[in-house]
Amino acid sequence: MSARTQFTKSMRFLHWLMAAMVLTMLGIGVAMVASLGDYYRLVSIHRPLGIAILILVVIRFVNRQFSTLPPFPATMSSQERSVAHASEVLLYTLLFVLPLVGWGMLSAARYPIVLFGSLHLFPILPHSVMLYAALRRTHTFLADLLFLAFVAHFGAILFHTLIVRDGMLSRMAPWRARAR
Amino acid sequence: MAPLANQDAKTTNRSGEVLSETAPMEMHPAPLTAGNMFARLAGIGVLLLGVLGVFLYLGGWFSPQKLTPARFVDELERVNGIHSGFRRNHAKGVCVRGFFDSNGQGGRLSKAVVFQSGRVPVIGRFSLGGGDPRATDELSTVRGLGLQFSLPDGEQWRTAMINLPVFPFKDPQAFYDNLVASQPGPNTHQPDAAKGEAFLAIHPETARALAIIKSHAPSSGFENSAYHSLNAFRFVNADGVSTYVRWTLAPVQPYDAATGTSQDKNFLFDGLIVSIQQHPLQWHLVMTVAQPGDPTDNATIQWPEGREQVDVGTLTLDSVESEETSFARDINFDPLVLPAGMAPSNDPLLSARSAVYSQSFTRRAGETKGPSEITPSEVRK
Repeated sequence: MSARTQFTKSMRFLHWLMAAMVLTMLGIGVAMVASLGDYYRLVSIHRPLGIAILILVVIRFVNRQFSTLPPFPATMSSQERSVAHASEVLLYTLLFVLPLVGWGMLSAARYPIVLFGSLHLFPILPHSVMLYAALRRTHTFLADLLFLAFVAHFGAILFHTLIVRDGMLSRMAPWRARAR
Repeated sequence: MAPLANQDAKTTNRSGEVLSETAPMEMHPAPLTAGNMFARLAGIGVLLLGVLGVFLYLGGWFSPQKLTPARFVDELERVNGIHSGFRRNHAKGVCVRGFFDSNGQGGRLSKAVVFQSGRVPVIGRFSLGGGDPRATDELSTVRGLGLQFSLPDGEQWRTAMINLPVFPFKDPQAFYDNLVASQPGPNTHQPDAAKGEAFLAIHPETARALAIIKSHAPSSGFENSAYHSLNAFRFVNADGVSTYVRWTLAPVQPYDAATGTSQDKNFLFDGLIVSIQQHPLQWHLVMTVAQPGDPTDNATIQWPEGREQVDVGTLTLDSVESEETSFARDINFDPLVLPAGMAPSNDPLLSARSAVYSQSFTRRAGETKGPSEITPSEVRK
């Protein structure tokens, strides 16, 4: 049996779905804090989208545990593999922790956490505005970190695909890639 | 970067099973020419900078003149100073508790649970406009009432009302420009009258609103004031029919014309405390229903006389508490915390209020809370 050259179909689907959601989320995040007229509309999307990302990242993590991963391209040195692995851990952690901090900060401020209509989440932290303030700062810091991690990820993929030309992108490509 | 063909030749999955003895064979691409390499590196740089640029653009970094929640609150702080732990506007206040008895009449306008017959607990805060938490009470100062209705299913309705019949500004920019225009001069310590006139000249809607406000003399106290939503909201009933409404809390306590300013710094708050301790205070919550064509996006304009009014229930406030000990100090009375069945109208003030209140709340939440002017002992005496 030949080695897998691509991530499984479900992993690729979840990757691109979440990529679109996370980029949308980061864009909404920076836009809403700078907006008066669109603030309400953007916040109303931000909350349920964040919770959807939280649910999907758990599904994605579990799915990954049951999936066979393709090997790293032979072009990657062991240091590069360690960095790539660490960045994966960082991205998974941020995608899990960022929505939780958002949920937690709204809980600490006792804002209702409305998803749609009358559907809302229960608070997960005690009422404390000091705690809210700390979590609110943490939320921004982690979002900035997620943005930087995304730029590094995007840059590394571009470098491998365009300069090293080792077919790195094809491992996660939404289309079926032939073994190289 | 040289291809490393034989490194890590064995690949295993997490359970240690060997998946392949050798990594996939690498087809060595022809080396790039210097020009081609440069073009590709430049392309990568452009893409990464493009991503950064899009996010900076969305965050407003390229439009330093754009009015943002942070710039709005900065201006409030410039005018009023920073008072640690206090709201950036309506800083002086006292907290109250009570309940709302719905008579069920609101059900045909909105499916919100709060309008079904029954009682829900309410917590609120009376306040005076302005950013100074130690300001002397004046009859002419805007009086505010923020309320939070806690619905049985865990939903909330929050509203922040004032005693003016209309709002002086049609949008957040006008509010902001007036703040800037009315800032006291560094030498005179008085607002520049010419700036105020210039503002009114380009904002005739403000001049008209101020005339309406002037024709409604303020009552003698918080307890016999009416409070208005000002902004229009869209109600949706169980059949999915939308109706635009504004609401007013009409006092059951008889109107008493103000008879001149007391010498006491806190006479309005002390009057409220005395009257609520004598007997529970009550207001009728009255919905005014818009007709097609009534402006829903401009809080400076009253709707015509004779619009249908629906009394949907009675608010009773029966206890009063200093901010220092009350849960209500830490509530952001964001007018867009709405239950299902209530939604914002197209009034540009609503989203802006939500954004600016949130900015003010976030700033004060992390600050040390100073003592309130209306102390716990002031409430008990």
